[in-house]
Amino acid sequence: MAKSATYQAVVIGVSAGGIAALERIFSALCATFSLPIMVVQHIAPSGGNYLENHFSSCCSLPVREALDKEPIRPGTIYFAPPNYHLLIEQHKAMALSTEGRVNYSRPSIDVLFTTAAETYGEALVAIVLTGANHDGAAGLATVARLGGLTIVQEPATAEVDIMPKAALAATRVDHVLPLDKIGEFLNTVGSNTKS
Amino acid sequence: MNVEKLHIDDENLEIQLLLEAIYRKYGYDFRDYACAHTKRRLRHRKEISGIANYAEMQHRVIHDAMFFRSVLLDLSINVTEMFRDPWFYRKFRETVVPHLETYPHIKVWHAGCSAGQEVYSMAIVLEEEGMKARAQIYATDFNEEVLSAAKQGIYPLEDIREYSKNYIQSGGRLSFADYYTADDRYAILEKTLREKVLFTAHNLVTDGVFAEMHAICCRNVLIYFNKDLQERVLQLFYDSLCPGGFLCLGSKESLKFSQLADFFEEVAPKEKIYRKRR
Repeated sequence: MAKSATYQAVVIGVSAGGIAALERIFSALCATFSLPIMVVQHIAPSGGNYLENHFSSCCSLPVREALDKEPIRPGTIYFAPPNYHLLIEQHKAMALSTEGRVNYSRPSIDVLFTTAAETYGEALVAIVLTGANHDGAAGLATVARLGGLTIVQEPATAEVDIMPKAALAATRVDHVLPLDKIGEFLNTVGSNTKS
Repeated sequence: MNVEKLHIDDENLEIQLLLEAIYRKYGYDFRDYACAHTKRRLRHRKEISGIANYAEMQHRVIHDAMFFRSVLLDLSINVTEMFRDPWFYRKFRETVVPHLETYPHIKVWHAGCSAGQEVYSMAIVLEEEGMKARAQIYATDFNEEVLSAAKQGIYPLEDIREYSKNYIQSGGRLSFADYYTADDRYAILEKTLREKVLFTAHNLVTDGVFAEMHAICCRNVLIYFNKDLQERVLQLFYDSLCPGGFLCLGSKESLKFSQLADFFEEVAPKEKIYRKRR
């Protein structure tokens, strides 16, 4: 079912309805999950480190707010800080930017997906979840063009289906999955079973 | 490997050569800027100018100085706001100002001041704290066009609401409206705010120490540099500060990964205010 046995990273873009959706996915991940996961969750600029605190308590993997020029560690979940874009650098480190909003958003999913796709190419897994705008659609198309694995939440299972539908309209998508299957699927592409 | 991905690697090579050309022709050094950011900015210019690739862009940059000026603007970081991260200014009032008050004369450096919003924010803080008479603010940027905009102190009226909100949250003592006059499109900051500000060109990548500072603000500039350049610029700040001088970085910037961390005391971890050890 997976296209390649050598995925190196997962990126997730999510907006309205995201907290509940991410809880569902993260709580299903095995403790042996070995890929880094970089997440853009649209959040108010004054959001502080709410995401890091909230998800640390409901997830067996370490959860961090991304720091500028921080090397990406395996099996770790990183959130883009509120009011900053999160970019992936060629040498697989994270970088932040205060550039203008993209798709009315900072952080923007397109910015994360595009830079991650250019770094990881076909070793990237990208997922678009629930949300009420079109951010992530163009980024997912770039992931597809560079050979990465593309996943969209089945719109019927999304709290708001605008973002998944926009992503589906923008590009070829490898898997359309209901919310409760996404965590399970990630385990099959990213768990380090040492077998 | 995916053919498109190979193309990306070649494209990255072309970008390195373009940055080398800019440096050798014009002296502006972007070679150690963070790659992903630089590429986003250059791609934007490439697309709106209808240029096929970065090799062609290199040719155009070398032969067309006007075109280069627009690229230079693209590579300047010019998104900021007045009293951005209001909690920083509140902390500055509470913890830095009492130390600055012990000096008969103080110098504050805003490095990478862009269009000046944060410089004027600091000018307001120093004025309200009764420090104006003894203060000199140096506001520097590598881009002369950006600097001349900063000197004007004119900002779109639609931004003012957010600035006012920030001002109140930052511990402002008056009404923000006291600091500008507005026409139907723009807010023009009071000229008196720039009485103690010297706007001057300075490039953090290629220029050195120019005065001994009591405080340096360089917020959300280092994130656009790679680690080597970040380290070089932090050394420049260290060398520019008087013993006990303050260094203020952006909320998501840190000395944590720097070799200079031990030479600074962390005064306010959340607000990213550091103090040079004596």
